[in-house]
Amino acid sequence: MDWTIWVEWIVKGFVLCLILLTGFAYLTLYERRALARMQVRVGPNRAGYQGLLQPIADAVKLIFKEELTPARVYKVVFVLAPILTVVPSLVLAAVIPLGTSFNFFGREITLYIADLNVGVLYLTSIASIAVYGITLAGWSSNNKYAMLGGIRASAQMISYELSLGLCFAIAIVMSNSMNLVDIVNAQKDMWFAVIQPVGALIFLIVTLAEVNRAPFDMPEAEQELTAGFHSEYSGMKFALFFMAEYQKMIVICMISATLFFGGYREFWFLKDTFLSVDRYWFLAPIYLLLKVVVLLFFMIWIRATWPRIRYDRLMAFGWKVLLPLSLVVLFITATGILLAQELNNQLFIYGIPVLSIISAMVAVALVFNDLRRKSNGRV
Amino acid sequence: MGVFDPVLNLGRGLGETLRSFFFERTVTYQYPEQKREVRPRYRGRHVLKRYENGLEKCIGCSLCAAACPADAIFVEASENTDEKRFSPGERYASTYEINMLRCIYCGFCEDACPTEAIVLGDNYELSFLNRRDAVYTKDLLLESVPTAESLTPRKVESGVYTRSVPEMKDPTD
Repeated sequence: MDWTIWVEWIVKGFVLCLILLTGFAYLTLYERRALARMQVRVGPNRAGYQGLLQPIADAVKLIFKEELTPARVYKVVFVLAPILTVVPSLVLAAVIPLGTSFNFFGREITLYIADLNVGVLYLTSIASIAVYGITLAGWSSNNKYAMLGGIRASAQMISYELSLGLCFAIAIVMSNSMNLVDIVNAQKDMWFAVIQPVGALIFLIVTLAEVNRAPFDMPEAEQELTAGFHSEYSGMKFALFFMAEYQKMIVICMISATLFFGGYREFWFLKDTFLSVDRYWFLAPIYLLLKVVVLLFFMIWIRATWPRIRYDRLMAFGWKVLLPLSLVVLFITATGILLAQELNNQLFIYGIPVLSIISAMVAVALVFNDLRRKSNGRV
Repeated sequence: MGVFDPVLNLGRGLGETLRSFFFERTVTYQYPEQKREVRPRYRGRHVLKRYENGLEKCIGCSLCAAACPADAIFVEASENTDEKRFSPGERYASTYEINMLRCIYCGFCEDACPTEAIVLGDNYELSFLNRRDAVYTKDLLLESVPTAESLTPRKVESGVYTRSVPEMKDPTD
């Protein structure tokens, strides 16, 4: 094998890690500033211009903090757990296409590390590995609160992973490929979020649960579990959990953008203009960044607005609402595409969003009825 | 309540936070640069007041020390003479100390003072590096004077200040 390809891989991996690390640092600032504005505060604006050096100050503080290891923890697992949480969040980004390709001294450099033909499967498998770190952290801490947090994390992950997988399947069905580059290119004419809005919505809800964000942040519920799985962690080990959570937020927003919002591609109505990705390669990462920033804003916005969902309702919502609904939506999507292909009539494609929205409304009505029955008519 | 009301209410909550994100003015004071005005009757650090002619209002009666629930005030009085006059009364406070670590800023000293000499001011920025510095002595508490000739002690003509307690008007505030 050509040695230059190794250099290319190493450089690209290094750059991707750097992007995610700085992204994590500035995501914390972004979240703090945005949350502050929603709560009619200003937020950190002291370190550097408008607080731009705040992440560096935080990093210095965390590095110099005392790192405490409680006496009766299972040391090996206790040390390994934060690492097990961080690594998948970095590795996850390897298959996500950041752009097309550009010419570098006569060599074609593609803007993704691996062009895996089963990229979607890779994403689902690596994304679920991260929960091992959380569960093991909770278990090895020798603390009941941490243990409960870890168990909650694993139970929640299992419940929501099913709907997540079905949402991945929707994207696969619509693009007829498991390759993420093909999925992005299939959205050249229309985003999948427009054809399948309910699927995109379910995906966004499930990703919130997947990265343990509000309103599904049961594993680290401060009020009930002090800090959940990371209550015994301090210093850099705690920072690693923090890092993993925020990097996973970024990566999962990249995945949502790729699967349902056109990935690195421009808006579908800018297809043949000079703003197209096919014209200038450097526009692709910018478009992806914009989409990720908007999706991250949604996560922060939801955290600022909605209260945490009760644990039994979290489980009921995952199993009794999201899973059947995503199954129905997948069925509608597959049927619509099959009919459009077999009967050669594009009208069936337009039936997909209509039928899915109707099924989502039916789901809302069923949930409402069920809640009313349980509370004797007082909703 | 309609079937879709719960979902609509979730959306209304989101709209409320988005509205404050874009349109609400922040309530933050950028503290060291921008300070908030205190209220007229705010109880901050004590100030020992003077009359308009520069003489001290405090007559060393120790009523503030007696009223103090935290035992933070220490007063020692001495006799005024016309050669060295500090206050219009018979006596003045030769030592006046307030331990700011003991003080609870209740304002009882202010109420007890017969001459309105001790007043809780508007300074709330108290910080010390050791416990000694927390004891504010008389020269730290005393109001500054506008000109050098109104400094105390000073020589006055005899027969002007004959009362043991100076005449007082009813307090206005």
